[in-house]
Amino acid sequence: MISKLRRSYDERWYAWAMIAPVVLVLGVLVVYPLVQGLYYSLTNINESNMGRDIGVNHIPATYHFVGLDNYFEVLSGRDGEFYPRLTWTLVWTVACVTLHYSLGLGLAMLLNRQVRFAGLYRVLLVVPWAVPVFVSAFAWRLMLNKDNGVVNVVLDNVGIGAVDWLGEPTAAKFAVIMVNVWVGVPFCMVAILGGLQAIPKEQYEAAAMDGANAWQRFRHITLPGLRPVSSTIVLLGVIWTFNQFGVIFLVTEGGPYGSTELLVTYAYKLGFANIRDYATAATYGAIILSMLLVFATAYRRTLERGQEQTA
Amino acid sequence: MSSLTSTPPTAAPGTKADARPLPTRARKAAGRPNSWGRRSRARSVALHATLILASAIAVFPVVWVALTSLKPDDQWQKTGDFSGLSLDNYSAVLSDSSFTTWFANSAIVSVGTTVFGVLISASAGYAVSRMRFPGHRSLMWSFLVTQMFPVAVLIVPVYTILTKLHLTNTYGALILVNCTVAVPFCAWMLKGYFDTIPREIDEAGRVDGLTPFGTFWRLVLPLAKPGLAVTGFYTFLTAWAEIAFARTLMSDNGHYTLPVGMNTWIGQFKSEWGLMTAASVLITIPAAGLFFFVQRHLVSGLTAGSTKS
Repeated sequence: MISKLRRSYDERWYAWAMIAPVVLVLGVLVVYPLVQGLYYSLTNINESNMGRDIGVNHIPATYHFVGLDNYFEVLSGRDGEFYPRLTWTLVWTVACVTLHYSLGLGLAMLLNRQVRFAGLYRVLLVVPWAVPVFVSAFAWRLMLNKDNGVVNVVLDNVGIGAVDWLGEPTAAKFAVIMVNVWVGVPFCMVAILGGLQAIPKEQYEAAAMDGANAWQRFRHITLPGLRPVSSTIVLLGVIWTFNQFGVIFLVTEGGPYGSTELLVTYAYKLGFANIRDYATAATYGAIILSMLLVFATAYRRTLERGQEQTA
Repeated sequence: MSSLTSTPPTAAPGTKADARPLPTRARKAAGRPNSWGRRSRARSVALHATLILASAIAVFPVVWVALTSLKPDDQWQKTGDFSGLSLDNYSAVLSDSSFTTWFANSAIVSVGTTVFGVLISASAGYAVSRMRFPGHRSLMWSFLVTQMFPVAVLIVPVYTILTKLHLTNTYGALILVNCTVAVPFCAWMLKGYFDTIPREIDEAGRVDGLTPFGTFWRLVLPLAKPGLAVTGFYTFLTAWAEIAFARTLMSDNGHYTLPVGMNTWIGQFKSEWGLMTAASVLITIPAAGLFFFVQRHLVSGLTAGSTKS
């Protein structure tokens, strides 16, 4: 009894020692900055009043606490940016995650069959994942170039006519979604393929024996079997897409006329544009974070309820 | 069900009875009427057509950049013109001393992030997978929550903290910051992977007198290679392409990483897409090389991680 207790006590110390490095790194570089960021969102801090050292001279900080003023300013829509950015961010997230998941599922199901060259197809299809995002963004900018881009040259020859992909708001929105789908499908595909391979073959055999058609097998075996994988990648997908910085920043820089600016890229711009408005940037960040937290909690609740029902 | 994928393309369409040995899936369908077999030939063609089309879309932008990089001077503007291809752009890029410095910086930071990040996330993932301790449940959940923090909120405080610690313009700082981006996901995935390794192996290690850490290091880690390969690949790519933090933390040319350095070119060489494409290809090579090295682990390594969430 005592030795057992002691062992669990030892184990606890081992466990804490093994998670300590991660906790330390995340604590110093994520949690602490986050708390500080949240505090900034309650002040009027910006570049000119934050205080700094120029040479040996120390200029003291003069920003002060303003309570919830920033939140009120942003959420009331008075800055004129929040609600348009929010709407576009939601459209972007829903469109990208839906396309990532459905295309990833489709391709994974094709690859999961006995296909010749399946290995080769898999390698080729994962290529977009292996390319660094800033190279992909650059490649697409080259291809979508208004006058000399290969996409427009092809469209021109087919007779559809050139599109000003990166200069016209609607076309630009379409373009960034296209680029992000291109970038994100491989990850989904590989994850779903893994999930498909974990579904026991016997279930399909039994269903075929019972005369289930392809749709019924998909609906009643494949989808339920994929649930653990799906729930993870949809949750991660929503978080990553909502916070997607690289694709937008590198392909359109939020333009034209701010039409492709997401909440995150706009917040970044507030913090690093001409007059660095750290307080409003932090406020946006805090709002983004709370929206994602609410989503993730609700999503987890729904999943757990769904599992209870099926169990 | 592509039962006829093994049929050679020379067979006439509509061959009814196919006497050749069929693959497993087709054998299952053998009891069905012949019309089914005929339809699946059309399906097989459609299947391959879809996969070929999808592969083409996946690969085309990369191929296009590679082709453009071989065009001399301003020829990138002539979309269909592929005359006079040469490696001039590559020699121009490689003789630029900044480029090689940035390349070395990126390599140091990415390899450092990969080694350090995978080690600490494996250790945390193992602890969560095998040991029971207070905070065990909430730890995984908080890993997920860290993924929700937008860079924009963190970047200013992180910069202030690292300035106070006199760590700006050091590789170590960027390695640590990159870890915060990659580690939560890696720990999550590795925890799932460790869950699939039988506990009996740990018990055996215990019986042989290994400490919990010894069991982890000498028995479990070697078995988790596919999982480690995938997380390593993910971490390397994250660090190799990270731009927001690198831009803020590294302020002199000698410490720039590739993405940051290349960004300075965009203004400098307004129309020199030739150089940019050549540099892009050179940047993609290490990432692609690593990818081909780990790609056979990719599916098995991810499966466990995502099914056992």
